Amino acid sequence: MLRYTLGRLLGAIPTVLLVIALSFVLVRAAPGGPFDAERAVSDVVEKNLRAHFNLDAALHVQFVDYLGNVLQGDFGPSFRYADQTVSELIAGSFPTTLLIGGMSLLLALLIGVSAGITAALRPNTLTDRLVMTLAMSGISIPVFVIAPVLVLVFAVKLNWFPAGWSSTSDASRLVLPIVSLALPQIAYFARLSRASLIDVLNSDFIRTARAQGLSRASIIRHHALKPAMLPIVSYLGPAVATVLAGSVVVEEIFSVPGVGQYFIRGALNRDYTLVLGIVIFYAVLIIVANLIVDLVYRWLDPRIRQH
Amino acid sequence: MKLNRYFLAAPFALLVLVLALSSCEQRDAAEETPSFLNRALNSDPDSLDPQRARSTQSADVIRDLGEGLLGYAADGELVAASAESWTVSEDGLLYTFTLRDGLRWSNGEPVTAEHFVFALRRLVNPETAAFYAEQISVVVNAAAITAGDMPVESLGAEALDARTLQLRVEQPTPVFLYLLTHPSTFPVNPEVLQQHGDDFTDPENYVSNGAYRLESREIGSVITLTRNKYYWNAANVAIERVRHHVVADEMSEINRYRAGELDMTSTVPTAYFEQAKIDFPDELRVAPTLAVYYYGFNMTQPPFADNPALRQALSMAVDRDQLVNKVTARGELPAYSWVPPGVDNYTPPEFAYSNLTQEERNEMAQSLYRQAGYSESNPLRVELRYNTSDVHRRIATAVTAMWSDVLGVETQLIGEEFRVLLQNIREGEITQVFRSSWTGDYTDAVTFLGIMAPGATWNLTGYDSEEYGELIAQAAAQTDMQARRLYLEEAERVLLRDHSVVPLYFYVSKQLVSPRVLGREDNPLNYHYSQYLSLVDTEE
Amino acid sequence: MAPAAYLQHRTVRFSVGLLFVISVAAMVGPWISPHDYTATNFDALKLPPSWQHWFGTDDLGRDLFVRTMMGIRVTLIVAIVASVVSLVIGVLYGAIAGMLGGRVDAVMMRIVDALFALPYLFFVILLVVVFDNNIYLLFLAIGVVNWLDMARIVRGQTLSLREREYVDAARLAGVRLPGLVLRHIAPNLIGVVVVYITLSIPQIILMESFLSFLGLGIREPQTSLGALVDIGVRQIETASWILLIPASALALILLCFNFLGDGLRDVLDSRSRDT
Repeated sequence: MLRYTLGRLLGAIPTVLLVIALSFVLVRAAPGGPFDAERAVSDVVEKNLRAHFNLDAALHVQFVDYLGNVLQGDFGPSFRYADQTVSELIAGSFPTTLLIGGMSLLLALLIGVSAGITAALRPNTLTDRLVMTLAMSGISIPVFVIAPVLVLVFAVKLNWFPAGWSSTSDASRLVLPIVSLALPQIAYFARLSRASLIDVLNSDFIRTARAQGLSRASIIRHHALKPAMLPIVSYLGPAVATVLAGSVVVEEIFSVPGVGQYFIRGALNRDYTLVLGIVIFYAVLIIVANLIVDLVYRWLDPRIRQH
Repeated sequence: MKLNRYFLAAPFALLVLVLALSSCEQRDAAEETPSFLNRALNSDPDSLDPQRARSTQSADVIRDLGEGLLGYAADGELVAASAESWTVSEDGLLYTFTLRDGLRWSNGEPVTAEHFVFALRRLVNPETAAFYAEQISVVVNAAAITAGDMPVESLGAEALDARTLQLRVEQPTPVFLYLLTHPSTFPVNPEVLQQHGDDFTDPENYVSNGAYRLESREIGSVITLTRNKYYWNAANVAIERVRHHVVADEMSEINRYRAGELDMTSTVPTAYFEQAKIDFPDELRVAPTLAVYYYGFNMTQPPFADNPALRQALSMAVDRDQLVNKVTARGELPAYSWVPPGVDNYTPPEFAYSNLTQEERNEMAQSLYRQAGYSESNPLRVELRYNTSDVHRRIATAVTAMWSDVLGVETQLIGEEFRVLLQNIREGEITQVFRSSWTGDYTDAVTFLGIMAPGATWNLTGYDSEEYGELIAQAAAQTDMQARRLYLEEAERVLLRDHSVVPLYFYVSKQLVSPRVLGREDNPLNYHYSQYLSLVDTEE
Repeated sequence: MAPAAYLQHRTVRFSVGLLFVISVAAMVGPWISPHDYTATNFDALKLPPSWQHWFGTDDLGRDLFVRTMMGIRVTLIVAIVASVVSLVIGVLYGAIAGMLGGRVDAVMMRIVDALFALPYLFFVILLVVVFDNNIYLLFLAIGVVNWLDMARIVRGQTLSLREREYVDAARLAGVRLPGLVLRHIAPNLIGVVVVYITLSIPQIILMESFLSFLGLGIREPQTSLGALVDIGVRQIETASWILLIPASALALILLCFNFLGDGLRDVLDSRSRDT
């Protein structure tokens, strides 16, 4: 297990390097500079700014310097937000993203899986059709459509939840972003768990168990559920990535001060260090999430553990 | 089946938990709200460091926290702030300020003239890399210091004693006092800066000299200020605590205002403006501001270089009334001059055609268009660049339609990401017509006219008129305000005659202000210091 | 595999029918309507649906029916072109990796794994900023980041296909690698690829819509469903049809593609199970 983990971590190094190099080049290739503004700065001031942020060095020197700093865990100063370093900005905004992402994943897992199981136990009934059609709609309707509608209904008309990110009502402001982010994931989990449970229920070992006279409820609880959940576990890795990406959308719509907002602002402001820092942070996060999921999967599935 | 019930119950339990949490938190909030002023910022302030801050949102917060030598009253009048009085030498080159007695920082230490000198030196120091380093470039040696040619100590700023500050300027500058209201000139406490370095803007370290001190800061969300008891005028600061909420989306501001979470919005979105008049007729505040929205022509490239007739035709064909009434529709004023109304000691001249009806303008535009060599069979094909945003998109689409209807111009709209547009404008190679705007820094015409001078940093069109430059230089040399005014008005006449820009409208400030907020006055700079406001308890 | 087999499936038939109707409407609609999709009318701002304007008008008095149809066109074109881009890259990459096998395959798949860890949305946003929302590059950018799944699936299929006798026979007969891939492997992949494409189209549409929603997508006066939704969101309180009509069109198209992909996969699965 340790060997495997180490191997995977080593294998991730080229990926991270690739991420850094790609983003480093891309962000600098974007037209317009970090110090452009409607109220343009003079050449002298721009020169001082470039010197201050080490942008006057040759590109490869900048890259090596940057890499060195990143290795020491320093993402550098933000070009735009003078009061915080990039690390501080990420540290300050990630808990919000994590809270919303984590809660929505949890919500999606609970509702999605239970809906999927409900449907799988009554295949081709009205319940099944209803759940699956709802799930399909959940996948099909984009977050940026559903979110404004939720705002209109639940915040503006019914006044149940705040419309945007308010600080006066701490937990209720989370509800709409979490629900918006969870909806498509609920749908994915529902479809996945339904398909997987149906597969398992049709497999030979369940037929054997049934032939031995075990009750349906007992079969499902003791024999079918665990193997049926394996695909769910392996989907959790991509789900983390999807939720993190989706949080960019939700944060934009609900003006949630999470990492995603800073990324978009960073990209638009040409805040090179901020953009790079967030991309690297997310890449590492996704790699680690995938690794954890794979480890859990191996632990759950004895067939793989043998290898 | 049991299993199902268990699975279904869990998420609901979760939701109930969230709701329960939220409802009790909300009750707490309701109890403490009345002592707070909740106001909106439409983007996250980039810094609370007076010298490093860039955005107008930062400036809004810093004006609550800090204080310069001069400031503005609630109605926008220039008033004495940390300086109690000042004298100007006969030749207009030496300013001597006397600070108020007993000025203190929010940690109780005295504010001295030395602190102002320290801040000004810090502003021009190339190592600070301040965005507004050239704010005080008229001060002796300031420009040379920023360029790295002189030591910072050579700056023409000197503390004669703890309460006396002398500033020396390189040429008479009638607007100099206005420049000293800018947050970049606010003092910083050298000991605090030395002790905490780059972390001096953190809430636990921040020390301010204005009406408020920094209590806490939730990045990207809210900045909370508390009254500074050491402020010289603390007795007249009514509101105990102020929250500046960062609300990036205009419509969220409205929603939060309606929910009672905000007392003042930063703006009112176009799409909601009509409805706002119905929903909040007494709370909607609309007032002219010092800002012009314009289209610039690239004066260095064909087809607009050396083609004043064409430029004039395009300018005349824009039905500005239609634009402000139907497209922007937030009470903006149609612009027929470059300098907006509301600047001191100045009457903007208008376009010669401004007294014609739109039909007459269209006819004249058509003949100018033909005179410039274009016709129906040989239409002008032009690219109009704007930065992607809802308002700019709507205006560009509308102007395109007007040019097409009146002249038959074929316009290609190019919505660009903001910084791409800025780069294209700066390079001046591929731009033809572009969108921009200019916001005045103070209520003097030169803040608008100065930027169109040949070679000025903010002259985006490449307009290069010797005659205009001469008039601006003449105006700057005048010490007599009346003579200066005549030169400036003449300069604007030349500017309007040459049609390097199409001013479309003058911006207005638009805010929703809760009836429980008193003391807010309209002013052209749209500055609303929290210290002038007060709250009344209103029963719902 | 005959297309007819797929059409026996009910949801597939229904989705194909609906998509066909929508596409035809998008092609023909702008011709039938007397309105031009760029024509503004300041005396007809935000009109609700009527006989004059079937879907009402937008915030500049432009006919929403014509604009929605134009939006559908652009959205479908983006989706199809981006899918083709990802298809070409994915199939070639996957087939080559699968055919060569061994160490080359391992390295090629490690690269795919590495790319999988990239935060995609971020890269698309960066790419769009770099390319300054040029629509052609938008196609390319979206296609370029979407080929990974395709490559994996194709490689898996190729691995199993290449063990078959007829491929061995061809190889022994001296057919070289490109020929093998094009003549023998690719045609056998059509089933999987078709299914996969229908499932990836909705993702591409979503991505395009989101970029347009952020204002990073298509240029005025051109429009896409995402751009229309973006405009609609701002009018949600005063003129909700400006949001609801393009949003429904978008949801309907996505739903059709998802159902279609699902149905096709069902058919494919049952056929592969049968053989």
